[in-house]
Amino acid sequence: MKTGLFGKGWLSAGYIFLYLPIVSLVIFSFNASPIANVWSSFTLNWYVKLASDNEMLSGLWLSLKIAFFSATGAVVLGTLAAFALVKYRRFSGRTLFSGMVSAPLVMPDVVIGISLLLMLVSIQRAFGHPERGMLTIWMGHVLTGMAYATVVVQARLQDLNPQLEEAAMDLGAKPSQVFRLVTLPMISQALMSAWLLTFTISLDDVVLAAFLSGPGSTTMPLVIFSRARLGLNPTVNAVATVIITLVAIGTIVASYLIARAERERAKAIAQAQRDDG
Amino acid sequence: MKGFLNWLSRGRTAVIGVPFLWLVLFFMVPFLVVLKISVSEMGTVAVNDIVAIKDAAIQLTLRATTYIFITHDDLYVKTYLSSVKYAAITTVFCLLIGYPFAYFMARARATLQPTLLMLVMLPFWTSFLLRVYAWKGLLGENGWIANTLIGLHLDTLLLALGVIASPGKFMNTPFSLTVGMVYTYLPFMILPLYSNLSKMDLRLLEAAADLGAKPIVGFWKITVPLSKAGIIAGSMLVFIPCIGEYVIPEILGGPETLMIGRVLSDEFFSNNDWPMAATVAVVMVMLIVVPLAIFNRYQAQAQEARR
Repeated sequence: MKTGLFGKGWLSAGYIFLYLPIVSLVIFSFNASPIANVWSSFTLNWYVKLASDNEMLSGLWLSLKIAFFSATGAVVLGTLAAFALVKYRRFSGRTLFSGMVSAPLVMPDVVIGISLLLMLVSIQRAFGHPERGMLTIWMGHVLTGMAYATVVVQARLQDLNPQLEEAAMDLGAKPSQVFRLVTLPMISQALMSAWLLTFTISLDDVVLAAFLSGPGSTTMPLVIFSRARLGLNPTVNAVATVIITLVAIGTIVASYLIARAERERAKAIAQAQRDDG
Repeated sequence: MKGFLNWLSRGRTAVIGVPFLWLVLFFMVPFLVVLKISVSEMGTVAVNDIVAIKDAAIQLTLRATTYIFITHDDLYVKTYLSSVKYAAITTVFCLLIGYPFAYFMARARATLQPTLLMLVMLPFWTSFLLRVYAWKGLLGENGWIANTLIGLHLDTLLLALGVIASPGKFMNTPFSLTVGMVYTYLPFMILPLYSNLSKMDLRLLEAAADLGAKPIVGFWKITVPLSKAGIIAGSMLVFIPCIGEYVIPEILGGPETLMIGRVLSDEFFSNNDWPMAATVAVVMVMLIVVPLAIFNRYQAQAQEARR
């Protein structure tokens, strides 16, 4: 079926709406004008400023560390939760469990932030630990990330053919081998995308970090947020451009790798079928 | 198979227990703490007390204060209503823009569709905060969109609608807030609609056409009813997070655009009124649970019908 002129127009307008803000961020990061959204001439000034912007750079480094560890934690816990939900049809507290796993998906971040903070404060008052900082932000991010990771891994596990695991058992593989050699490779792509997704979510979070950070643990989104509130700031545009470039490169590399893996898989299947015949 | 199951059942305790324990510790307990603080009184909230409230009678009298205050105070009632209003407006605009968009995507050439889909999802991977911030430049004085709107004399229309306060000023108004929210949540509407519309059996439309239905009739009587599940899913995905939105109103909203997410953090950070903030949080959760319960019931019914 063909899309008419009206349809093409609607789609183009929609994509312009989706991409115009991103394009404008990049363009104005090279703007020399003192008025941040009126173009005058090209400059790299803001990137030079960014390179010596310690607040932003240390925020970035902290954010990357938190994102790395929370993505890892979220994927481990999310995979366990997905296994529990898919492989064990019944156990006591299953309804509560599945409810709690998906609740952070619909709970507003402000509510999750405030409740974690209030609990942590009461623990801190009682025991003197933990101080608000990287660890507490990590907890919040693992909690929300875990919900997303569970959804992604669960979807993949449900599609798996259990006969493959059974066949491996019949051929004498030990259970740990079955997991390592059969289950894990089959869900590896889901684990990878869950990791990337939770990494991105953590890197982007403002609200939880605002509640859970302490003095000296200002993440990059918090730095950006506090500047964005005050007004336009070309250094923020420069950071945005760096992030957009990295994401674009990452997406291109990832889609190339996925396409190559698909091709090789298709080749291997064709080869196997030829050998069979 | 039996050995594998055995191994799993030995690992079973850990597989279930570890995430379970984590969720209880970091999700359930914190929420109970919030519930408890919301029913305790301002002066007494030296947190140690919260853990140690023993007298049930005191608890009951305390419960009254913040909750009664919240239902009698104009500001809170207004804020809740206004959050629901902005969430509803955002949902309607996302549907009006997103439905045709998803429809034309699903009817585009099959080879083109994966690219179109990826282009919708790609902005997800760049920071949401930065994309919202970009609108500040676009809608601010001399911004591209601001100038375009003024050039088209649309600001007079917006002014007449009462969504901007003075001609040519778009920032920190209900208008800028709505634009930011529609922009952010549009993909959440498009994706479920697309996956629904792309699975539709087009032969139904051919059959309708053969029986003499005009395309527009076929669209209204066949396509739209069949995509009901997608419409509902998309609307929920937009409406629910919009209610609790904090970042967008903070960056693009103005003094008169009340949102509960913002009031909650103000109570907490500026006024240091923890019981009040906790109460706002509890009521906010209740606001979200209601549409969610309706959605779940609808889904259960739909699943029942499919069987």
